[in-house]
Amino acid sequence: MRKMWTRCNNCRRIQYKQDIIDNLSVCPACNFHFRLSSRVRLNMLFDEGKYELYDENIKPLDPLMFEDSKKYSDRLVQYMEKTSLSDAVLNAVGTMGNVKVLISAMDFAFMGGSMGSVVGEKITRALERAFKERLPILIISCSGGARMQEGVISLMQLMKTSAAIARLEEIGIPYISIITNPTTGGTTASYAMLGDINIAEPNALIGFAGPRVIEQTIKEKLPKGFQRSEFLLEHGMLDAVVERKDLRDYLIRSLHLFLNRSRT
Amino acid sequence: MTQQKNFYQLEKNILKYKEKIDKLRENEETIDYKEIERLKGQISEEWNRIQPNLTPLQYVQIARHPQRPYTLDYLNYLTDDFLEFHGDRRAGDDPALVTGFGFYRGRSVAFIGHQKGRTTSQRIARNFGQPNPEGYRKALRIMKLADKFGFPIVTLIDTPGAYPGIQAEERGQAEAIANNLKEISKLKIPVINVVIGEGGSGGALAVGVGDVLLMLENSFYSVISPEGCAAILWKDQAAVEKAANNLKFLAKDLLKLGIADKIIPEPPGAAHVDWELTFKNVDKQLHQTLKTVEAQSPGKRLQARYDKYRKIGFFTET
Ligand SMILES: [Zn+2]
Repeated sequence: MRKMWTRCNNCRRIQYKQDIIDNLSVCPACNFHFRLSSRVRLNMLFDEGKYELYDENIKPLDPLMFEDSKKYSDRLVQYMEKTSLSDAVLNAVGTMGNVKVLISAMDFAFMGGSMGSVVGEKITRALERAFKERLPILIISCSGGARMQEGVISLMQLMKTSAAIARLEEIGIPYISIITNPTTGGTTASYAMLGDINIAEPNALIGFAGPRVIEQTIKEKLPKGFQRSEFLLEHGMLDAVVERKDLRDYLIRSLHLFLNRSRT
Repeated sequence: MTQQKNFYQLEKNILKYKEKIDKLRENEETIDYKEIERLKGQISEEWNRIQPNLTPLQYVQIARHPQRPYTLDYLNYLTDDFLEFHGDRRAGDDPALVTGFGFYRGRSVAFIGHQKGRTTSQRIARNFGQPNPEGYRKALRIMKLADKFGFPIVTLIDTPGAYPGIQAEERGQAEAIANNLKEISKLKIPVINVVIGEGGSGGALAVGVGDVLLMLENSFYSVISPEGCAAILWKDQAAVEKAANNLKFLAKDLLKLGIADKIIPEPPGAAHVDWELTFKNVDKQLHQTLKTVEAQSPGKRLQARYDKYRKIGFFTET
């Protein structure tokens, strides 16, 4: 049975679930932006919600035979079943405002959106495709950082993806980074921060170190709003904080500006 | 599982022999070389007994050994006329990262290295070798200088990680690391990375990528510290051994994974027991590596650098 009512985690108000969904999963009462799945993201951004997935055949392995309370290989199977995803990113091609674009959308539901070999490979392939086909590219980040279960292999994905972005720079193809709640660690320390413009949704947690780690290190309470989108905007790390309802239009306008192609 | 011994308990005998050697060397005129050789033999014997059973966590303890040579010790041995250059020209200077030019085997080379402090006051001054964004931006500034003048770059990696602090976040720790990765991929000159101790995650990576990755035998390079991993995945500090066993971050692991290119051997008892021999081994490998990498044309080298990271990853394609 579907739950009709839900409580907003932010303002604690009880509301119709459908009202929130109809409002792009933003709380009508307090404007809290709930997390979206990669599929919903793609639907929301592409023209008429139409797109084609590619690189769907790339699937994760367990190169280190990692085992914490569970085997990593078992975890992978579980997450695949739970999310119907093969890993934490979807690569898609379609149009936005009639401009052909690539969008890679991360999915927090798959192991906290962590970046292992598959995420690194798919993001790199997307960037290489953008290079080869001269297509603008958008990456929507939502990630706890590098995937510990793939150890140093995950760490090296930071360089792999960043080097692919360097190549795009050479030919002047726009890369727009869209940072959503939460994006931390290795994902922030690579492609998320390397957009020609970096855009974030309101109140998203964005940082390198997680807030708990910082608190434990400095043994102080963190200031209110620390590592949130508005804080990053104030400190010069973002070009804009854009509400979800305006995001598609904002992106289409920036694409046209970057491509020097008037919309009229 | 019983608690494994800390490495410092295991090496007690070795350090006793080492102390005797140091004592014998004090007076240059009366050095008893025969006795030194005998003691060295005992160190080797003891090391051969300990070394095969070392656990990953004990390797971590070696890599973090307070007597291990640090960046400035290497620079002191490897270079002449090293000049340290300071400041990122944006916000400040970061003592956790040392950068500058020095003569290495007779020609100018840029050196970039994390510096941990040895005494308590040095440690605090160096922030325990944990850089802030200024450090990474300074490092990039010096790398670009080297690129402009055509000098190769050698980086020495030894850090627990990038500093997790309020100001570090405000000034863009993540952006600083990310930008270094992107920019290093474009440098035309050779970039050689040497992990001399602790390769702590993004904090190491930001100056730890290039054409060739050399690792000292007892160093490690990891996505996260075993302590951090234990806290996150096991939610238990006592699980640090298990985390260390799983992460596969030792030099030999990285060589097997195709991430490290070469292991530089350490003396019996590890680097801290014989600095001089450690420096000699590093010098020898560094010289050889530079020769090979410099022989490539810049275009070939850039492509090879791209390919080196491009091929790292394990997945299936069905
Ligand atoms: Zn609300």
